[in-house]
Amino acid sequence: MDFQVVVLAGGTSEKLSPLVSKDVPKALLPVANRPVLSYVLDLLEASDLKDIIVVVEGQEAARLVGAWASSAYLDRLLVEVVAVPEDIGTAGALRAISRRLAANDVLVISGDLVTDVLPGAVAATHRRNGAAVTALLCSVPVSGPSDAASSGGKDKAKKPARLNIVGLDITRQFLLHIVSGTDVEKDVRVNKKKVRAVGEMEIRSDLMDAHLYAFKRTTLQDILEEKEAYRSIRLEVLPYLVRSQLRSSPSSGEGTTVDEIGNAAVPFNSHLQYLSQHRILAPSAFKKDLLSTGGTYRCCVYIASKSKYCHRLNSIQAYCDINRDVVGDASHLSSYSFSAQNNIIHPSSVLGSKTTIGPQCMLAEGSQLGDKCSVKRSVIGRHCRIGSNVKIVNSVVMNHVVIEDGCHIQGSVVCNNVQLQERAILKDCQVGAGYIVTAGSEHKADSLSKKVERF
Amino acid sequence: MSQKKSRGGGGGAAAGDDPEELSRSPLQAVLLADSFTLKFRPITLERPKVLLPLVNVPMIEYTLSWLESAGVEEVFVFCCAHALQVKEHLEKAGWTGKPTAREMAVTAVESHDAVSAGDALRVMYGRGVIHGDFVLISGDTISNMDLKDALQEHKDRRKKDPLAVMTMIIKYSKPSTLTHQTRLGNDEIVMAVDPETKELLYYEDRADSSQLYVTIDKDILASNPTLQLRNNMEDCYIDICSLEVLSLFTDNFDYQHLRRHFVKGLLVDDIMGYKIYTHEIRSSYAARIDNFRSYDTVSKDIIQRWTYPMVPDVLSFGNCQEIKLHRQGIYKASDVTLLHSAQIGANSVVGNATSIGENCEISNSVIGEGCNIGKNVLIHGSYIWDNAIIEDGCKVSNSLVCDGVHLRSGAIVEPGCILSFKVEVGKNVVVPAYSKVALLPQPSNEDSDEELEYADTNSGVTDSPRYPPFSSMRSADHPTVLSEDDDLEASETGACGVVGYIWASADTGIQEEWRQSIAPIPKDKLEELQHAASVDDDDGSEDDLNNRPAVLDRDDDSDVSAVEEDDYSKFEKEVEETFQRALDGIHQDNLILEINALRLSYNLQHVDCAGALFHSVMRGALVTAQSTNGSLLKTTADALGKWKDLLHNYTKTVDEEMEILLKFEEMCQETTKEFSPFFSKILPYLYDKEVVSEDAILRWAEEKENADESDKVFVKQSEAFILWLKEAEEEDDEE
Repeated sequence: MDFQVVVLAGGTSEKLSPLVSKDVPKALLPVANRPVLSYVLDLLEASDLKDIIVVVEGQEAARLVGAWASSAYLDRLLVEVVAVPEDIGTAGALRAISRRLAANDVLVISGDLVTDVLPGAVAATHRRNGAAVTALLCSVPVSGPSDAASSGGKDKAKKPARLNIVGLDITRQFLLHIVSGTDVEKDVRVNKKKVRAVGEMEIRSDLMDAHLYAFKRTTLQDILEEKEAYRSIRLEVLPYLVRSQLRSSPSSGEGTTVDEIGNAAVPFNSHLQYLSQHRILAPSAFKKDLLSTGGTYRCCVYIASKSKYCHRLNSIQAYCDINRDVVGDASHLSSYSFSAQNNIIHPSSVLGSKTTIGPQCMLAEGSQLGDKCSVKRSVIGRHCRIGSNVKIVNSVVMNHVVIEDGCHIQGSVVCNNVQLQERAILKDCQVGAGYIVTAGSEHKADSLSKKVERF
Repeated sequence: MSQKKSRGGGGGAAAGDDPEELSRSPLQAVLLADSFTLKFRPITLERPKVLLPLVNVPMIEYTLSWLESAGVEEVFVFCCAHALQVKEHLEKAGWTGKPTAREMAVTAVESHDAVSAGDALRVMYGRGVIHGDFVLISGDTISNMDLKDALQEHKDRRKKDPLAVMTMIIKYSKPSTLTHQTRLGNDEIVMAVDPETKELLYYEDRADSSQLYVTIDKDILASNPTLQLRNNMEDCYIDICSLEVLSLFTDNFDYQHLRRHFVKGLLVDDIMGYKIYTHEIRSSYAARIDNFRSYDTVSKDIIQRWTYPMVPDVLSFGNCQEIKLHRQGIYKASDVTLLHSAQIGANSVVGNATSIGENCEISNSVIGEGCNIGKNVLIHGSYIWDNAIIEDGCKVSNSLVCDGVHLRSGAIVEPGCILSFKVEVGKNVVVPAYSKVALLPQPSNEDSDEELEYADTNSGVTDSPRYPPFSSMRSADHPTVLSEDDDLEASETGACGVVGYIWASADTGIQEEWRQSIAPIPKDKLEELQHAASVDDDDGSEDDLNNRPAVLDRDDDSDVSAVEEDDYSKFEKEVEETFQRALDGIHQDNLILEINALRLSYNLQHVDCAGALFHSVMRGALVTAQSTNGSLLKTTADALGKWKDLLHNYTKTVDEEMEILLKFEEMCQETTKEFSPFFSKILPYLYDKEVVSEDAILRWAEEKENADESDKVFVKQSEAFILWLKEAEEEDDEE
């Protein structure tokens, strides 16, 4: 397939602090003890998309990602890791590597996507429709802890968050309208021209833009060049493309060319529209009428079926959700094999007496647990040393963590090399790498990390 | 009271689950035999719309026949305008009067004060004759749909949710992207429907084309994650209503129009939570004749048998002879006198006892009963009603010719004309396109206001014409009827032209006449629209405010400033008008209030008010000077003296005073040059009256120092004064 893949792997996102740090860029955050980027790369491999550029923000982060990728995917994928300056946005990152793109179509995928939707399917749809852009839309995932055990009061009246508002044509192939960002909470304003052109538009607020796009390379490059100020693909480039679908002239906004094309289109169109007064046009006429004249863009969508899993790791909440799902409801995403108790316990791990590991848990190699521990719905990384009488519920414990006796961890994320001294209690906390939680301390909904590590 | 009781009973039965009782109540219908619009004027001055022949059968017959076939057991015909004629017709056609074999009971309800559908329903409520779900329809609706499914859906919904008060019948019909109207000539409708439940969430008819966007309230989306926004649907104006609908009309006595007020009112009101649902018909036919274009379209549909069994050879009315269908959609009554050389083209109907002369060509037309058509007549796409006389060599195309019209030889009727009852057209006269001619004069008190759509036709009897009806009449503000060879004509008959009044185009204005006329849309109009569409393609798609990126493009910026400029000039105009009213004696405080309101509505700064108000004062002075021949300087001084307090209100800061100076300068340079010689004289006066302070003047002079020479004219003019000010200031400082 003549497709080039760009994976936007981000850098050390502020949003995910203290989980990410200089040593662990976002792309390498462990999800069920595998870097999140590996989910995307495995998926691409499964779709036979092997020409991959991974764009990482920041030199140091890029070095780390590069080191990992070259060892993990040696001989399997052609991965090139490119560093771009920090905070230039997704569109900025694409602009920076624009000259490296050569294939007809470019698949842009966010490195934090955990999904089982095959990118190949999106690419195929893109090709079949001859689209300028094809976006993957999927159902909005229900976020927050799903079980009653840890549900806080605020999650009681849970409603799927509204992330995007999209307008689709009747065949659900074309993207006619998209609202993203903060505007989704406002009234919806739809251009009447679009409604007129299609006759019927389906407005949906239960779909989200999964940040996986197939672009026609020339279109993408034109936009990036023309609209220098655009920083985000999701918030600016895609809405721009969708908006300008109806324009007669695609790339150049000059009045003269528009006129020429507009006039040239008159005889054809007037004929068609005269007909439409008296005859019902077949749905395919829309395609002809709207999309094939005057070189307009064609914005298409690929809608993942409801049963597909699709989640972006872009917040701490999402991190917890994804970890829970990958070892739980969406266990097919991880390539692990589950035991009869529906959990994964590495043979090299050591469990003390009367210690129970519940279903939907994962215990990686070399970790030791003392006596009378209880682990429920949690992921525990490599080489952790966990004392006795420790309770871990709904949490993620990364690698080389020391947890002393009598600690309680609930709904929290504990990063690498953290030390929890005796009887520490964490609830809904995030603990940054290398932090030491003092004995007997109790934290609730806190973010703990070492002071002034970076500046 | 009794209605209340019955309503409660009906509601209880609907809410409870007693299907037996539901089925026992007879299905009722309310038929509005009045459209409450002016669209069929001038014809409707003499005959109610529902009795106008549609393919030689009065419209109401189609509606009643359909209701009967759809299983309606009791119909209340609401008559208003020409109630007597409607009742006579019902009796003559055997619907009312002596008990007949008909299964459906028809009762006429007469009221003369109703001016709208809302009033009609309030009257119906008052009568207390409706006991349960009913079909609401107007007497100009043609349909062959099966009501069963829609009714069942409605009833099922009611059982689950008593708030579902109405089911609207809709039908697929994609409006033209150019004219934005459906093939029935109706304006496009934008509606939002829940795809699962078919609940109507948003309804916008008479879509204002200046509005580029459809705005859906965020709350609607919050409760319905998916909705369909459609403009390819046509409202059939057939509604299945619950009894609540009547009481809702009574509670909200300002509801007039079924859609514009009632439907929108229910959709907006979320306190009561009443819901409206839609039912889409796919294979059957339903259409309402709302205007002349739909009259044309529906006639053609009937001839082409889309409305079967509502077709000429099945539906017979009164004593008319049987009509037979021939090849190519030609319908002929049995005793038509048709000469051999006459040609009748496809899709035409010729009524009883009509004779057609030699070499006539008739195509796509309907000709009524007892017409007399001479030789060499061309009739194309037209509707000739009963007993018309068309003499030799006439040409009629795409027009409507009513009963008893007499076209003398050689007359030509151009497309889109309406010739009302008994109009006579003289020899060789050309009736220009889109004329409306009637023997009755156009009511003079009519204006084009929307409100008046309701406040008409009701009177039933129109004022007797001021002029004797039979006079050759030419209206001054309308292109008069042209005779091809005037002198010859005059000598032959003495009186030429048309007997009747030519109506000035009624509610829409002449340029819009083509939209709802029988004639097809002229080619040049289509091209014009095409061009317009391609031109505004660009601005339309770009400024999607919703998605406007944080960083504006440069061209966007210029757009914005252009808009602002435009806004400002509008604002200035409005302020001037307000000020004019103030001259007529409005209190100053009110004036300030109004100007402030204007400022808010145009989203402008306080500074702008000062400029605009000053502009208005000066204009006022200028006008006075011109009208009284007084000296401009004196009137200006008077005006400033009079309004200085008002101006003070807006000159609280130096910036605002500067604005006045700049405005003054601009006026002298551009708009009202009359002031320019007096600039230096008025300036000290402004200073004296404390409209502008010396700070402002000095700053203004300072700012202008670096300007172009042309800009400095007025600074130079008033150099002496500025110098004086400066010195005075220095003196002050010294002290």
